[in-house]
Amino acid sequence: MAQNTTVILDQAGINRALTRIAHEILERNKGVRDVVLVGIRTGGDDLAAVLRERIADIEGEKIPLGILDITLYRDDLSARSDRVVGKTKIPFPLDDKHVVLIDDVLYTGRTIRAAMDSLMDLGRPSSIQLAVLVDRGHRELPIRPDFVGRNVPTSREEDIRVHFDEDNRPVEVILAKK
Amino acid sequence: MAFRHKHILGIEQLSKEDIGFILDTADSFKEINTRDIKKVPTLRGKTIINLFFEASTRTRTSFEIAGKRLSADTINITASSSSVVKGETLEDTARNIEAMHPDIIVMRHSASGAPHYLADRLDCSIINAGDGAHEHPTQALLDMLTIRQHKGSLEGLKVAIIGDITHSRVARSDIYGLTRMGAEVRLAGPGTMIPPGIERLGAKVYADMREAIKGADVVMMLRIQLERQGKTLLPTLREYAKFYGLNPRNLTLAAPDALVMHPGPVNRGVELSSYVADGGQSVILDQVENGVAVRMAALYLVLGGEQGDNA
Repeated sequence: MAQNTTVILDQAGINRALTRIAHEILERNKGVRDVVLVGIRTGGDDLAAVLRERIADIEGEKIPLGILDITLYRDDLSARSDRVVGKTKIPFPLDDKHVVLIDDVLYTGRTIRAAMDSLMDLGRPSSIQLAVLVDRGHRELPIRPDFVGRNVPTSREEDIRVHFDEDNRPVEVILAKK
Repeated sequence: MAFRHKHILGIEQLSKEDIGFILDTADSFKEINTRDIKKVPTLRGKTIINLFFEASTRTRTSFEIAGKRLSADTINITASSSSVVKGETLEDTARNIEAMHPDIIVMRHSASGAPHYLADRLDCSIINAGDGAHEHPTQALLDMLTIRQHKGSLEGLKVAIIGDITHSRVARSDIYGLTRMGAEVRLAGPGTMIPPGIERLGAKVYADMREAIKGADVVMMLRIQLERQGKTLLPTLREYAKFYGLNPRNLTLAAPDALVMHPGPVNRGVELSSYVADGGQSVILDQVENGVAVRMAALYLVLGGEQGDNA
């Protein structure tokens, strides 16, 4: 069946959104002291790498970057065997850090719940903050992002897709009607 | 790609893609085993019964640790403590266990095909932890994972498997797996320990061990199962060690960076000299470590289902 798609963020729009989020993270945390970024695989990890560059451009310091795969923490065991479980790579202690968790699209909130459970098993951060490129609504858990690139009210019959180029940099965000 | 097998009964039933998928999954699970908190909630609420009708320490322990690290409840039942000693049949034992609603039975049995027999009759998933002289799939998977980690790929590698091929379920599973993944498998051992027609599985048979290990990328030594064949297939252990044991001298025939493997436990001085077993080319302890990751992957994947879309 044919799909109707709309570009809701182009590359320039994404860049503006990420630059704003970078400033907001620095503002909220009064700099980069004890701040670490953790991107949720897949999508959030690539966005986290871009955000790290953006923060380095502004603040002149590269903050630690980790990657989290939450597959093993999902609450729906039956929903996971098509993709190989990815590796979690957080090569620094999380204790007493301000962790900025990064994902591309926030939907039901179950991924973020799983990510927070996973982070708690890996250490005891001072705080966990959440940054997302797109918040599409339909939360099933009481989770609210701290930094949002764009709020996009959607129906459940629509999909939000973030496209990345071959260098894993975000190029556009698409709203697709099923 | 998806893993759609309810059971893991043997490598023979797994495609190249299936094997690759299990190895990739196991590779990711390795990270969990290095954390301070070595546990994820993935199989919370699931019950795994390790049903071992044959003595085993490392495989049973490995499965038990794997289950616990995935937060499953694991229960061990061994033959000496089960009703088998009271005359109960395998099917009755299994039906009684099934009435306790396990999600997975991990089974070792001296009879080839015993796990298949149960898989046809019970609703839960069955993982074969060794059946007679037939297959030992998770051992072959951990062997392949270990080789892949050290060599990058299995494709095109020359793997020599030396020893008692006839009685070795490890050898049979390794032959299926390695040939399917594109490796060349060479076999050598005393004539009494090479089953007729084994070439049909795609392996080459050599009478002389030195020919088999010449230029090999991996030398896999099998354990002489003293408790099984007694003296009927071997004149003396000393003679076996002389002609089919791996020592620093004949190891030089293999590729300079060849891996030395052994499914354990090692009969030191028989199939492997201590110098080689503890040497720089030995990856025997890597095999043990990878065993936990592979068994975590196996337990995880047999309970798989359809992909969801909740983000």
